[in-house]
Amino acid sequence: MEEVLSLSERVFQLWIHAPHVARNAEAGQFLVLRIDEQGERIPLTISAVKGDLVRVIFMTVGKTTGRLSMIPEGGEIRDIVGPLGRPTALQTYGTCAVIGGGVGIAGAPFIARALRGKGNRVIGILGARSAPFLILEDEMRGACDETFVATDDGTKGQKGFAADLLRAVVAREHLDAAWIIGPAIMMKVTSEVTRPLGIRTFVSLNPIMVDGTGMCGSCRVNVGGKTRFACVDGPEFDAHQVDFDGLLTRLRMYVDEEKEAMEHLHHGQCGAGR
Amino acid sequence: MRGVAGCGEGDLEGNFGEAEPGFSPDEAVEEAGRCLACKKPGCVEGCPVSIDIPAFIRAVAGGDFRSAARILKAENMLPAVCGRVCPQEIQCEGVCVLGVKDRPLAIGKIERFVADWERENGVELPPVALPSGKRVAVVGSGPSGLTAAAELARSGHAVTLYESLHEAGGVLTYGIPPFRLPRDVVQAEIGAVLSLGVDLRLNHLVGKSVPIRDLLSYDAVYVATGAGLPFFMGIPGEHLNGVYSANEFLTRVNLMHADRFPEYDTPVRHGCHVAVVGGGNVAMDAARVARRLGARATLIYRRREEEMPARRAEILHAKEEGVEFLTCANPARVLGKDRVEGVECVRMQICGEEQDGRTWFEPVEGSGFVVDADVFIVAIGTSPNPLLPRCLEGLECGRLGNVVVDGEGRTSLPHVFAGGDVATGAATVILSMGAAKTAVKAMNRMLRGEG
Ligand SMILES: Cc1cc2nc3c(=O)[nH]c(=O)nc-3n(C[C@H](O)[C@H](O)[C@H](O)COP(=O)(O)OP(=O)(O)OC[C@H]3O[C@@H](n4cnc5c(N)ncnc54)[C@H](O)[C@@H]3O)c2cc1C
Ligand SMILES: Cc1cc2nc3c(=O)[nH]c(=O)nc-3n(C[C@H](O)[C@H](O)[C@H](O)COP(=O)(O)OP(=O)(O)OC[C@H]3O[C@@H](n4cnc5c(N)ncnc54)[C@H](O)[C@@H]3O)c2cc1C
Ligand code: FES
Repeated sequence: MEEVLSLSERVFQLWIHAPHVARNAEAGQFLVLRIDEQGERIPLTISAVKGDLVRVIFMTVGKTTGRLSMIPEGGEIRDIVGPLGRPTALQTYGTCAVIGGGVGIAGAPFIARALRGKGNRVIGILGARSAPFLILEDEMRGACDETFVATDDGTKGQKGFAADLLRAVVAREHLDAAWIIGPAIMMKVTSEVTRPLGIRTFVSLNPIMVDGTGMCGSCRVNVGGKTRFACVDGPEFDAHQVDFDGLLTRLRMYVDEEKEAMEHLHHGQCGAGR
Repeated sequence: MRGVAGCGEGDLEGNFGEAEPGFSPDEAVEEAGRCLACKKPGCVEGCPVSIDIPAFIRAVAGGDFRSAARILKAENMLPAVCGRVCPQEIQCEGVCVLGVKDRPLAIGKIERFVADWERENGVELPPVALPSGKRVAVVGSGPSGLTAAAELARSGHAVTLYESLHEAGGVLTYGIPPFRLPRDVVQAEIGAVLSLGVDLRLNHLVGKSVPIRDLLSYDAVYVATGAGLPFFMGIPGEHLNGVYSANEFLTRVNLMHADRFPEYDTPVRHGCHVAVVGGGNVAMDAARVARRLGARATLIYRRREEEMPARRAEILHAKEEGVEFLTCANPARVLGKDRVEGVECVRMQICGEEQDGRTWFEPVEGSGFVVDADVFIVAIGTSPNPLLPRCLEGLECGRLGNVVVDGEGRTSLPHVFAGGDVATGAATVILSMGAAKTAVKAMNRMLRGEG
């Protein structure tokens, strides 16, 4: 662990020393980490690489992400495996939009830069709940030809959702392809904007995973009527073929246990944590 | 109704200690004394790794456990594992002459005794040849990869063993539960392999963390990535919460210790009534784990009990532990809105014989009935994980995704060998080890330039 940075109240950025991951990582891929012997394996998007370092950006939503945010600089993470999943399908499409929502913005600049490297014109669209939760704005502006911002409460950029900005963009000009990365519900709603226009749209799915290597099936999603494993067949899929309702159901599998784990975490720390 | 504390079904809850006791020294000596020392020992031929069984049995009968261990280790680096999980009844013990009139010699239990004795009394390592100057990569640290790594290291090569998970052992670690195969037993045998000089790299998924060009830069490669890709049934409702592949259920408990949640962070749904579909070792293990998480467990199998592919001993253990058997039945649909609420099954009936002599079963129309369940585990088989084979351009694969090899483990790519479940499809520990030994002989000839 080389650097720990808090990007907002609940979003953190870590640079992790992991040569075997960093040297082979491409845009759109993720890693799986386990903090210690008792830890759960959780997947996080690889949001940038620099030499032997990889960057992850995460929101503290539960026990593992909570503990991750408390690892000090110079601290250790026991296991990191990656890069996992298929990289973004890089091609020269023409004009592309890369749309990030919430902590999903983590993966957006890497993809935008890679697409631009292939000669695409890239439009960035960022959506966040509120100004303090907007991350990587400058990086995204640097990676894209044009960047638009929306917040739900209007504290930064346009008031509204990323989907509204996308609607404005497709009304204005022709898009050849779009990437949408964010919470499942945001991906579901936003991909409806491009569906009637027949724009090739990719979403990066985030189902619950265990191994991340295709041997458990925990990450199965229904895409085009077929069962696919997001960790090896994805995480990017054709947005218009994904059964989002099925994904949303499966993401709620362990709500009770997640609450219990958090209670356990807070007890264990005798009030030292957040 | 979730019940992390289980539903209090039975007294097995939380008991992951080894289920079957081993021999005491006296018992081992006495049992070994029953050996008839046949002139033409069928047992050796019955053993896929050709252990000199009469010799090690003779040593045990004479109380010389150290020599017995040495004889075992000459052919098998994982005797404590094999003594516990091999299907001896169709191998060495199946051909034992004593079995004609009485019960066959308990070769497996004697093997287990010797290996356990050695672990407690200091492990002796087999000799290692002088460095050959060759670099060899082994992919996958299951029994096949471990055996290949050990044999290659003993031949003097610099061996790198890649494993994608955070622990070595393959199915021995994430699949077979500790009450059949205690973790310290597996760890000790892996430790012995590593102490031969094998460089183990955990968390390295070959094809992703290790690019193919790096892999092919080794002087030889042995691929032992197993058959870890789980099949689902393809029936309605399989996406529901509470439906697991056996791999996921067992991995959560065996590798991630979900039975000790929330001390360990990984959860698993315990359920009050777990239905498992399948009739192999994997299905038995899943059902027995479910019992230990405090649930009622029902095993659903489409044929009769005598057709179940599981080891006989596992079937008996499962029954003793209160697993209910529902044979001649097949799941048709998982019921529930978000979570599993039941499994709709159909009865199966005998409809004659297949060409290979196996009895053919077909669903009885209109025979639908519901098995009450809140967790449903699918244990109907696995196939080779296509991830690495897909990355290896020019590698010939069979219809089921298995890597095609010749009788000595050679694949269609030069310098690349393969064996174990990735080549055969899901098989057994000992067959995967036998394949590794055969392949290493051919690899050694190639590395010495003998073609
Ligand atoms: C391919 C992929 C990439 C991801 N990238 C990022 C990222 O860059 N930044 C980020 O903040 N989050 C990312 N996630 C989600 C992240 O993995 C979860 O937020 C994290 O696992 C939560 O763990 P927890 O113990 O802190 O929370 P928990 O209390 O365990 O769970 C909180 C929520 O996270 C989800 N979740 C729980 N366990 C898992 C799991 N093992 N795998 C996936 N989701 C789980 C559940 O829906 C749950 O409701 C990604 C997920 C996937 C599949
Ligand atoms: C629950 C269960 C119970 C069983 N019970 C018995 C029994 O009682 N008796 C018996 O004889 N057999 C039993 N078997 C079968 C037996 O375990 C297997 O036949 C045997 O483990 C196969 O060994 P292997 O080395 O070929 O593969 P595996 O044991 O599957 O090991 C493969 C390893 O390769 C790793 N890997 C995969 N891809 C990559 C990659 N690209 N890069 C790096 N690493 C990779 C995997 O993570 C894994 O660790 C059982 C199987 C299961 C699942
Ligand atoms: S996470 Fe296990 S198969 Fe995808």
